Amino acid sequence: MPELPHIPVLRLGRPYESLDQSEVKNHRNGEVLAKVSSVNAGIIRKDFRKIDSARAALNKHSVAELIELSAKAGEHFLNGTLPLGDKGHTQSAAQYIETLSLTSGLPHVMVKRNMTKIHFALTHLKNVLNGLSRGLDLSIIDQGMGEQFGTKLAFFPTSKALGLVMPSNSPAVNSLWLPAIALKTPVIIKPGREEPWTPYRLIQAFIAAGVPAEAFGFYPTDHEGAGEILRTSGRALIFGDKNTTAQYANNPAVQVHGPGWSKILIGNDCIEHWRDYLDVIAGAISDNGGRSCINASAVVVPKYAAEIADALALKLGPVEPTAPDDETAKLSGFANPKMAEFIEGSIEEGLKTPGAVDATAKYRKGPRKVEFEGGTYLRPTIVHCESFEHPLANKEFLCPYASVVEVPQDQMLEKIGYSLAVTAITKDEKFITDLMAFPEIERLNIGPVSTMAISWDQPHEGNMFEFLWKRRSIERAW
Amino acid sequence: MSVDPTAIQQAQDQLNAHVREIIEWHFNPATGCPFWLNWQKSAGWDPRAEVKNFADLIARFPHFKDESLRDEQPEVWVPAAFKGKPFNIFETGGTTGMPKQRIGWNDYKVDYEEFSGKISDDHFPRGGAWMMVGPTGPRRLRLAIEHLANFRGSPCYFVDLDPRFVKKLISNKQFDIARQYMDHVVDQAVTLLKHRKITGLFTTPKLLEALAEKVDLYDAGVRGVFCGGTTMAPQYTRYIVEEVLEGRIGFYPTYGNTLMGLAASVPLTEEDNFSITYYSPQPRAVLRVVNPEKTDELVSYDEWGRVELTTLTKEFFMPRFLERDEAIRRKPRAPYAWDGVAEVRPFGAMQKTIVEGVY
Repeated sequence: MPELPHIPVLRLGRPYESLDQSEVKNHRNGEVLAKVSSVNAGIIRKDFRKIDSARAALNKHSVAELIELSAKAGEHFLNGTLPLGDKGHTQSAAQYIETLSLTSGLPHVMVKRNMTKIHFALTHLKNVLNGLSRGLDLSIIDQGMGEQFGTKLAFFPTSKALGLVMPSNSPAVNSLWLPAIALKTPVIIKPGREEPWTPYRLIQAFIAAGVPAEAFGFYPTDHEGAGEILRTSGRALIFGDKNTTAQYANNPAVQVHGPGWSKILIGNDCIEHWRDYLDVIAGAISDNGGRSCINASAVVVPKYAAEIADALALKLGPVEPTAPDDETAKLSGFANPKMAEFIEGSIEEGLKTPGAVDATAKYRKGPRKVEFEGGTYLRPTIVHCESFEHPLANKEFLCPYASVVEVPQDQMLEKIGYSLAVTAITKDEKFITDLMAFPEIERLNIGPVSTMAISWDQPHEGNMFEFLWKRRSIERAW
Repeated sequence: MSVDPTAIQQAQDQLNAHVREIIEWHFNPATGCPFWLNWQKSAGWDPRAEVKNFADLIARFPHFKDESLRDEQPEVWVPAAFKGKPFNIFETGGTTGMPKQRIGWNDYKVDYEEFSGKISDDHFPRGGAWMMVGPTGPRRLRLAIEHLANFRGSPCYFVDLDPRFVKKLISNKQFDIARQYMDHVVDQAVTLLKHRKITGLFTTPKLLEALAEKVDLYDAGVRGVFCGGTTMAPQYTRYIVEEVLEGRIGFYPTYGNTLMGLAASVPLTEEDNFSITYYSPQPRAVLRVVNPEKTDELVSYDEWGRVELTTLTKEFFMPRFLERDEAIRRKPRAPYAWDGVAEVRPFGAMQKTIVEGVY
């Protein structure tokens, strides 16, 4: 057995070792931990011509069976020892945590939390699909049609497969595609360049649970290949920055997961008690290393912005990098140090525009970007902005970062724009009604609930059930 | 597979003799062309006296500046011995502005008649029709392919692709139009494949890929594919051989351009692991792989360097032109007793994205 694991391409379940291979490295010392095969767009197109057989393999199972198999996959993923590549290596749960931490920079404790989220999604798929389908009897999907709620129901699949162009920043984003398998939809995955581990382990967990291997395409590929996945799959998810996702903004076949610009809003009625909510706000900013699109990146308040910024800075400013296996770790290292440099540069550039103060600077007692045990880290940053028009007021970075801005309550909704998750700390019924009617918020929490709170049985940037299955009218004479 | 040192020496001797003949031809006022005769006057030395072998040529001549092919009128390249004979004008470049032009008479025929001996009758049956799908227009390739087919007793169909337009589209990020144009080209080729008996194909790798996605090439009657034009890294070659041609159709990758002619590849063996090595049509053209920083030095075998081309025919003399390509230098390999160039790709490909388009 060779020393290094080799992660092959999975061509609808069939391992393929390419002559083009990339290396996944320890972010601290550059040690190569695995080689990953990659293929060109032509191979993806060729395999896609056989996607009907992948779908047929899933169709041999009922949705109920696939939900059970998904739950078993959840156990394998969380606790199992699974194949790692095609050279005889295996990977235990502990090895997965350690390896992902080494290559992504996420500390163990965050990897474990991400694992738990994925495990929860897999083992609660019945509830998840119940929520997303609004209580549909899922055997209707097996039969194509049926009766429920006193009416005829018929559904058809919107595409032959679900394409996924995955990011490298946070393993839990894989939770988004997990329902596809139970919904009888093969997945065609391009993993993030630095994070092949989670999708590959999930696929192995599904296969170990008994889901047909043909249902899984795992294609590390280039830009053209990623475009091919998005174009040919019929339905696809893409993760990326504003520039990447903007290309697909008007394409209903592509569900776009870009920056979240998630926010905390405090209403006039609760602002005098702002100190009571500091823990929730700080957690929303910094949990998961501030890497998620549902991390709060702005705190919008009717008054006390300077005081709130200072209090958050006091809480988060002193946070320092720790050893990866430290259970209290709050910061994630950067697999790509250039990303840290870019973010550092962007924040510093923004601070040059008058009207913003880095409130964390005095508590940090040192630079924002630091090297620790060979890794590159960005320490938390809270910026007090005088207006929402300041360039740093509505920015999102891959680290614990938030602005604190004063905006009168009656102007908040016109200022905040698109926000993936909003926590509105208010009991004001009029304000709550306005928030409920505001179309630019995807996930709304009322009261001191972290923006990081996830319920998989509710839509997240789109409803996966409605994305993959569509209702049609039907009449049958016989 | 290795080549007898005697054969290598013989090839070197033959090259040196050829260099003397070509230098004598181009720098003799009775036979040479105005461009090189004028150059000699300004250079202040006599190549006929000082260049006795290929090493002398490398030592004495600077790198050829291909701007001359754009800035000068074609007539300055007519050797005295060809005066009065109409010539072909072949172009290269020209995506923006004036293209570079090389004139010629019979060189392309010599190159492609020689190449005919390197392709199998099983893959390109004599008399069976060919189809070229690729850049025709003012390119040497168009006449060369038709001559190759005719030389083997075959006719040739043509579907044109304008690479200048494709490069513009890609540079302007008009990817949808580029795709439409590519589909337009491929659709024409598919139509011909469906309605005519075509056994041999010349095309570029990207067009071959697109063609194979629309029609089963083997079932359509194609038995051989002669390919060139863009980078073919080992995995891509493997993809073409295994996935596109499915191991049933003969594959002949070549490296060539208007200024050189055609460098054939040696048949792939298992040990090659799909790394293609090309050998120039020496002594008419010599390819060297040089250190990009010190271009008078060759890189070691199996190392990357910049491709340098010297063309040595009676129609055209071009010393030490630095191609916009890089490659791995390979040892002589039978039947070629001189160095090869492998895995050719645009110069600087590791540092930046190069627009190659479908061509």
